[in-house]
Amino acid sequence: MSWVVDYLWMIPAVPLAASLVILSLSNARRKNAAALAVIGQVVALALSVLAFAATLQVPGLRAVRNFTWFTFGEQTLRLGFVLDPLAAAMLAMITLVGLCIFVFSIGYMAEDKNFTRFFAYLSFFSGAMLGLVIANSLLLLFVFWELVGLASYLLIGFWIEKPSAAAAAKKAFITTRIGDMGFFLGVLWLYGRSGTLLFYDGGNGCLENGGLAMLGASATFIALLIFCGAAGKSGQFPLHVWLPDAMEGPTPVSALIHAATMVAAGVFLVARVYPLFSSGAINGVTSSLTVVVWIGVTTALMAALIAIAQEDIKRILAYSTVSQLGLMMVSLGVGGVAAGIMHLLAHGFFKALLFLGAGSVIHGCHGEQDIRKMGGLRGIMPVTFVTYAIGMMALSGVPLFFSGGWTKEEILHATAHWPRSHAPYYLMLAGVVLTALYMTRQIIYVFFGNRRAAAERAHESPRVMSMPLIVLALCAIFFSVVLTPAWPWLHAYLTGEPVRFEIARLLQPMLFISLAVVGAGIGVGIWIYRKAGVPDRDRPAGIDPLEYAQPGLFRFLAKKMWIDEFYDRSIIAFSWICARFSDWMDRYFWDGLVRGFGAIGQVFGTVTTSVDERGINAGVDETTAGTRGLGRLMSAAHSGQIQTYLGAIAIGMLALLLLYAWLA
Amino acid sequence: MTPTLQVFLIVSAALFSIGLLAALSRRHAIFILIGIEMMLAAANLNFIAFWRFNPPPKQPIGVMIALFAIAIAAAEAAVGLALVIAVYRHYRTTNVDQLDQLKG
Repeated sequence: MSWVVDYLWMIPAVPLAASLVILSLSNARRKNAAALAVIGQVVALALSVLAFAATLQVPGLRAVRNFTWFTFGEQTLRLGFVLDPLAAAMLAMITLVGLCIFVFSIGYMAEDKNFTRFFAYLSFFSGAMLGLVIANSLLLLFVFWELVGLASYLLIGFWIEKPSAAAAAKKAFITTRIGDMGFFLGVLWLYGRSGTLLFYDGGNGCLENGGLAMLGASATFIALLIFCGAAGKSGQFPLHVWLPDAMEGPTPVSALIHAATMVAAGVFLVARVYPLFSSGAINGVTSSLTVVVWIGVTTALMAALIAIAQEDIKRILAYSTVSQLGLMMVSLGVGGVAAGIMHLLAHGFFKALLFLGAGSVIHGCHGEQDIRKMGGLRGIMPVTFVTYAIGMMALSGVPLFFSGGWTKEEILHATAHWPRSHAPYYLMLAGVVLTALYMTRQIIYVFFGNRRAAAERAHESPRVMSMPLIVLALCAIFFSVVLTPAWPWLHAYLTGEPVRFEIARLLQPMLFISLAVVGAGIGVGIWIYRKAGVPDRDRPAGIDPLEYAQPGLFRFLAKKMWIDEFYDRSIIAFSWICARFSDWMDRYFWDGLVRGFGAIGQVFGTVTTSVDERGINAGVDETTAGTRGLGRLMSAAHSGQIQTYLGAIAIGMLALLLLYAWLA
Repeated sequence: MTPTLQVFLIVSAALFSIGLLAALSRRHAIFILIGIEMMLAAANLNFIAFWRFNPPPKQPIGVMIALFAIAIAAAEAAVGLALVIAVYRHYRTTNVDQLDQLKG
């Protein structure tokens, strides 16, 4: 099966080619565009399944194909593709979720006038993301990394006529670029130290002993610089601000890019270059990993808190994504790489499900996104409700039947055994409670209670939209089969160990702990929000129960802890002042200098004029008359059309060439 | 098939001609800029091709010249675009046929 590796490049190439073809289609050929995109995705899925099958045959397979890109003097730059369990699992998840979302988009975007462009961008994103996953070179990964960034920019700003969408796209692009600057510096530094950017190269790659030995202490700094990029892409504090705004894009985009795949690329990147982070570890702890843990903890808790006070259905999910990505980072940081990646995969399925469910709700409510205006949709949209509830329970981490429960349990397990501090473990428990709380709040607001304004004319979505929901809901449930501690198949697959079936391991203390915290979260949620949509005592219906009880705290959270305002007043204000200063320098200082020199010239000119007029004028007059006659003749050739000039130059050059050829 | 010097020269000549055609025939100032950029690219390709097919290229001279040319081209494009924007603000057009204030 290792022949698959030779064709690995086709997995990203097919969707990219599909995207190019769709871009060349006219706007009216909507069916062709959708069909092409879906076919490209199906081919990529089939190839990914083949690649996945290849990794199943050989446990711990790591097959690489490297090639030389170019030779510069005596330096060669090599790129390559790698197939290992990490890449194969990501490939399978991305293509499967991607396919569901492509199909869903056919229904969701049915009335959009730029339908074909949407599918071109979506295919382009899919290809770039798949390329990112199989890259065996940090440079190649960086190239695809920037391409997914571009796709994200194009898709967030897809409704470019909406100023908020254009602003969000710009914000996303610039914020991630700040992280990518660090990433690129890390790449350069790594190349400078180890002389290679290949991950695996028969013992000489930068992640293998040959390369790591050359890094020494600089590995920590390189890892931290690379983490800057990962933090930007994965919306980690303090670069998380772009992700909630990215919800301005169409909902399928939020599902595919800003929930399931692209934002997970940061987590994937950390997992991919994990040897850099863990090199020189004492007892599994390095300073770079410690930074990852604390950034992750901060992000997870902060985002979960903010999510409680949001009103936009997609924004709640966006903050939940930020929070879950923080959780994954914590898991990677404490050494639970397999647990983090398992959560990434499970999260990909159920978060895509939740976003598509939200899309279905928004579609059904005719574009309304405010959860306070919904309510009672349970009866009108049964399919959406059931699948959404499954996604909600998977995200909250309800144990036993839902994939998210098992992976969260594993992450908590890994966090509890971190030797440096126990604080992340307790903070993560708090995060799990908060997750269950805000999801309960959202589901009560949207699906229970009385029908409010936007729910009056709501309708269930068409089959082309509900089928992907059902497929993803089934994935969210049945994915847990390979996650249980009784048969930890996925864990074994990712780490390359043999797997045993042992029913006794199902009942470990962590199961009861997570049952208790999730139960607490949901219970508290139901207790607080049981009458959320209806007026209660002297609380009007539009006021959140929490807002009623704690207005100050609620405002703090609803305003996203004023982080955006803080950035506006500090970093953005600073660069604005710099810009104003440069403008002032240009306008007054340099301009003044130039004007000063001009004045000197003027004075000099006046002096010479008087000399000229009195002295030499008359004698020259005759000459000028002649020259003017000649000039009039010549000016006919000066039409003012630059293209005529250019053409004359071209003809002159041609004539010179011919002359040269004739003489030689 | 191993590419020979001729292949590169033909490609670069084609690129140059296309660029020249664009610069001569398009009326939009930005397309003329693009045409000029293409001609520059053709020249760069020639540099690299001649360097590559000459006897042992130990030092990457051809590439360095091309890199400098690219940097200068970038600066030129920035200036050119700024000019186009300034012209557009002033005359409300970027059609070069109408920009004949320098007529003799």
